[in-house]
Amino acid sequence: MKHLKLASASALSIAAASFASTAQAEDLTLCWAAWDPANALVELSKEFESQSGHTMSFEFIPWPNFADRMLNELNSGGKLCDLLIGDSQWIGGGAENGHYVKLNDFFEAESISMSDFADATVYAYSTWPKGTPNYYALPAMGDANGWFYRKDWFGREDIQAAYKEATGEDLREPQSQKEMLQIAQFFQGREIDGQTVYGAAIFTERGSEGITMGVTSALYPWGFKYENTPGSYDMDGAVNSPEAVEALEFYKEFYETATPPGYTNSYMGESLDAFKSGQVAMAMNWFAFFPGLYADPNTGGDKIDFFVNPPQNNAGSTLGGQGISVVAYSDKQDAALEYIKWFANPDVQAKWWELGGYSAHNSVLNDPGFKDSAPFAGDFLEAMGSVQDFWQEPAYAELLLAMQKRLHDYIVADQGTAQEALDKLVEDWTEVFEDEGKL
Amino acid sequence: MTDTPATRAAQATPVGVARKIKGLSDRAIAWIFVGPTIFLLLAINIFPLIWTINLSFTNFRANRPNREVDYVGLRNYERILTDSDIWLNMQATAHFLFWTIFFQVLIGFTLAYLINKKFKGNDLWTTIIVLPMMLSPAVVGNFWKFLYQPQIGLFNYVVAFLSGKDPSSFEMLGSVQLAPWSIVIVDTWMWTPFVMLICLAGLRSIPDYIYEAAEVDRASKLRQFFTITIPMVLPFLMLAVLFRGIENFKMFDLVVQLTGGGPGSTTELTSINLKREAFEKWRTGYASAYAIILFVTVFGLASIYVKALNKVKER
Repeated sequence: MKHLKLASASALSIAAASFASTAQAEDLTLCWAAWDPANALVELSKEFESQSGHTMSFEFIPWPNFADRMLNELNSGGKLCDLLIGDSQWIGGGAENGHYVKLNDFFEAESISMSDFADATVYAYSTWPKGTPNYYALPAMGDANGWFYRKDWFGREDIQAAYKEATGEDLREPQSQKEMLQIAQFFQGREIDGQTVYGAAIFTERGSEGITMGVTSALYPWGFKYENTPGSYDMDGAVNSPEAVEALEFYKEFYETATPPGYTNSYMGESLDAFKSGQVAMAMNWFAFFPGLYADPNTGGDKIDFFVNPPQNNAGSTLGGQGISVVAYSDKQDAALEYIKWFANPDVQAKWWELGGYSAHNSVLNDPGFKDSAPFAGDFLEAMGSVQDFWQEPAYAELLLAMQKRLHDYIVADQGTAQEALDKLVEDWTEVFEDEGKL
Repeated sequence: MTDTPATRAAQATPVGVARKIKGLSDRAIAWIFVGPTIFLLLAINIFPLIWTINLSFTNFRANRPNREVDYVGLRNYERILTDSDIWLNMQATAHFLFWTIFFQVLIGFTLAYLINKKFKGNDLWTTIIVLPMMLSPAVVGNFWKFLYQPQIGLFNYVVAFLSGKDPSSFEMLGSVQLAPWSIVIVDTWMWTPFVMLICLAGLRSIPDYIYEAAEVDRASKLRQFFTITIPMVLPFLMLAVLFRGIENFKMFDLVVQLTGGGPGSTTELTSINLKREAFEKWRTGYASAYAIILFVTVFGLASIYVKALNKVKER
């Protein structure tokens, strides 16, 4: 990684020359979610300001309100954001409703090649219709749902012995979803250093996307598919398959037997709080938070380690992450495109990773030193190799809210069976696609 | 010229203005005064209502302005009225409405009756009691969320102390059985003072001489309460019920902060569900039909109630 740092330092100054022709200094506003990587981006963007003469303002919205706030902004044709790092699922709506500027001509003119970025991220964050060479965003932040655990607890001889006695197996990083549940159940209610601790912090949030992101982390390893045939919207038999039912029942069991009390509406913040306060042995969360977790003085460093979402029938992780788009309603599109051009520079991407952002650029990911550059870097690469995303349709919000309701009703409110929940979900989604004229 | 208020007003009118309105009929002058108000009423109340009714028969989506809008007849209404999930939302709203009003009237009237007695520190207690209703619902929601926390919450601790149960053995916000009651408790805590103030106004409006006459007639305290106090406070009490009923039918902020409609959809009141349909799913036509159904329900119930209130007043 050392040579990446050196290269980025020297090349940033070279990149400065490319902005010498800026016609007019603008004040650009970049909108994103309020979280750790956003702070890293503020730091990174200082380079852009000094090189381009433009100034940068930032509008960071807390995650629970991010989609609501930003989609309202786009739908109303608002000019608040010149650049938007929007969730991957928004790409369909962004493209079809004319919110995002199509970037193909710009990429061609500036020799920005999408093949320089990881395929999975280009597919997920940039293209609409999916997989076609129509680009509406540049991959900005690769991300997936992963896990972290108390390495110090896992390493203690007394705890290892107790686990061996209880299960007959060695306590280790879980190799499957079921092993992970077994470990979480082992820790549930256990006394460690005079404090009662619990198994794991998982996502159960109802209002935005939390429980869906958590449950899909179980569904994907069980082999979940949204359609029987991709692009056909024939969901019956895929969404409510026996494997999906088993995965959903698994997640409910996880929630009921291995999470802290009162964990009924929890997402990223609650997961971080539960882990940092020493309440849980394991927690799920987005890789984006891992640099901050590792740096935490109380539960980071030697006390923490990370692992990719364990497989069950196959490997599978829930995709997070975002692409950066130019908002079509912005009056400063030229300056915004300058930012995209600057951000696509491999050296800027290298610095982005150093500061805590997850670059999706191949020059960073394929660097021989990348895997060892952070304790979670290897897991990140592994996760990005098996990511799956939620629907990215223009009607994604309806599809998401339907899933939020059905999952929360079954898992947290204990209503009906897993089969019924998924059958109802198929009905809800069928209705949405009928309204969309796709069925 | 006789000296009447009208002639005095005419004399006070500046000559320029008097010249301009000279020749205008009384009806025309009345329209000049009322016109702006009627225009505003039409612009900000009636027109949006008619527009909403129109939208309710379409598949319009506000986030897809370029999409073709089709008239779908009564399909939106049919979907809403046959959707079992929406009836569950209605039930949750009815539960919330009934029990909050029941407890607020019961406790509010009791408090007003006690506060109405003359005792030392009366004003201080009144101020303390009305404090909750001065807070923002968002603050109250967050504040009670902490109180209900199973591990560190004061509410759970107090209940555990009194019942001998483990504080983390029950979840007020996470349990399907307890969550509907948890929002009733918070709303009651916050808005009982409002009912109390209205009842207090009613109690203080009863002239002392009526009680004195009853004393002369040797009416017992209990009889005075049921034949004087209750009938004379009843119109005030009914007014409080009307206000709280309308407010709680559209309850949103407090419940969103507390439970977000969960667990599952247990506390998803109609207003929360309507907001999701209108501004998260962006089914504008469908949400318009939903809003019209709720409007007709509230308007109908309120009209019946106001008639009953007027009858009570006439007695």
